[in-house]
Amino acid sequence: MSVIVERAGFLTSVQDLGRAGYREVGVSSGGALDSFGLRVANLLVGNDESAAGLEITLGGLQLRFEDERVVAWCGGEFDVQSGSKMMPPGHMACLHAGDELKFARPRVGCRAWLAISGGIDVPIVLGSRSTDLRARFGGFEGRTLRDGEVIPLATGEALSSPSAGISSWTAPHDWVRPAKPKPILRFIRGVDWNRFKASTLRRLTSETFAISPDSDRMGVRLDGPDLKRVDESDLVSEAVAPGTLQVPPSGKPILLLGDCQTIGGYPKIAHVITVDLGIAAQLCAGDYVRFSEVSLADAHRFLFERERQLELFRVGVSLHTS
Amino acid sequence: MEIVPIGDSALIVRMRDRFDDAPEQTLDAVLRAFRQLRHSAIPGAIELAPAYTSIAVFFDPIVAAKASEIPDDIFDWLNTRIRAAVAGVGDPGRKRRSTSRTIEIPVCYDREFALDIGDVAKGANISPDEVIHLHSAARYRVACIGFVPGFPFLTGLPKKLVTPRRDVPRKEIPPGSVGIGGAQTGIYPLRSPGGWNLIGRTPLRLFDPQKNPPTLLNAGERVRFRPIARDEFESLKR
Repeated sequence: MSVIVERAGFLTSVQDLGRAGYREVGVSSGGALDSFGLRVANLLVGNDESAAGLEITLGGLQLRFEDERVVAWCGGEFDVQSGSKMMPPGHMACLHAGDELKFARPRVGCRAWLAISGGIDVPIVLGSRSTDLRARFGGFEGRTLRDGEVIPLATGEALSSPSAGISSWTAPHDWVRPAKPKPILRFIRGVDWNRFKASTLRRLTSETFAISPDSDRMGVRLDGPDLKRVDESDLVSEAVAPGTLQVPPSGKPILLLGDCQTIGGYPKIAHVITVDLGIAAQLCAGDYVRFSEVSLADAHRFLFERERQLELFRVGVSLHTS
Repeated sequence: MEIVPIGDSALIVRMRDRFDDAPEQTLDAVLRAFRQLRHSAIPGAIELAPAYTSIAVFFDPIVAAKASEIPDDIFDWLNTRIRAAVAGVGDPGRKRRSTSRTIEIPVCYDREFALDIGDVAKGANISPDEVIHLHSAARYRVACIGFVPGFPFLTGLPKKLVTPRRDVPRKEIPPGSVGIGGAQTGIYPLRSPGGWNLIGRTPLRLFDPQKNPPTLLNAGERVRFRPIARDEFESLKR
């Protein structure tokens, strides 16, 4: 059982919640850049939250289904259509054999995550089905999808008749539509915060940064005020994490995302909090972003609260689908 | 030792501030703490990443909060747990690897693979053959694995061979390429961009995601390079 990629679009890859346990040998966590969005989409179609789905970048994807599947997606402001029907994010839709699903170019944001009941059935490599595009392994042959390919799907748990068509109820707006123009990302102070001038630290939170075109799954490159250090001494390389805002000697910061390398030697001025990484994953060339500081305790509180809401939503979904 | 958060889901345990002044002792301390942290399986900890002077601990705050007696401050709780683990007596990995194994890496230093050996030789004011001799006579240690999967950063490069990175990095470097970047030497496991000076190539595969463990080398292990001729390179590659 499979789905046919009629058009692969700009950049589409198989991703799950990422790889754990191989960071000590240089393997990135990778996975869906908005892992929460993929979890929600998976929940909607009755999958395990960690099932593999598709990460769609800038649209252009067109799929044709070979059998009946429930689908749902989360992400940027994409027009998604099945036949003549529009399919908004956060809804579940039942598609039949021969049905098509199309992602147009997004109006805001750049990425979307599509869950298909059963999940994408590619081999597990180093504990995950995610595609590591930089190291070229995992996912579908270690690379992005191409036109005409046939992607294997696992058998889904038979949902008790998700009444044909598109569900009227939806997941919470913030979860399924994280993209916004000029978002504010919340951060906690970086380990190298004190290596920067006081004036630099003020500019980090008062000024706007533009997203540069050479951004990818490794990181978002930002253009704005130069972030100047107090001293230019070399630092000993140590771990970086998705969300880390590092500042190379150019003074132009890079916000690291899921495919970032495991260690780095640039000073870390800030770390974007986990609940805002889904917003960060929507940043693309031409966008602007701002930053605001929160405490570590707040970052944790926001995360726990979101998880509690997801717990309630999980119960809601099971009532709707049973 | 200090423990600092890098975001809300990871922290760094820094054993020392400097590395270069005492690389052997620093690595020993880091690897001992690394094994103790792995052995103590702190609730919520997902993975560890040692690098030079530190070990990063990546954790799931939700799992940690459930296990914690102080869910309002899981950083504080993890801090206490980590300090207890690292201060623990004994070394869980000590017996197994009382003498870190030495891995021999065959390297073909032929000109075709050694695009920058001339620059290294010029910088040291010696001949390319002497570069090969110095590079293969030295004993190295893996300070950490990173940059790309399986890339070993090796300490122990003879001072004479220290060469700054190239001004313009190459867009693509073939897998197996052996290079010098500043005071370190290393091997590119995958086709990737890079700015190190290339002086040879190994036929060995340093990273294979289909194998477990996927890498040939691990942090702390000792390495030496054995010069090989082109025909041995080809036969080992097969």
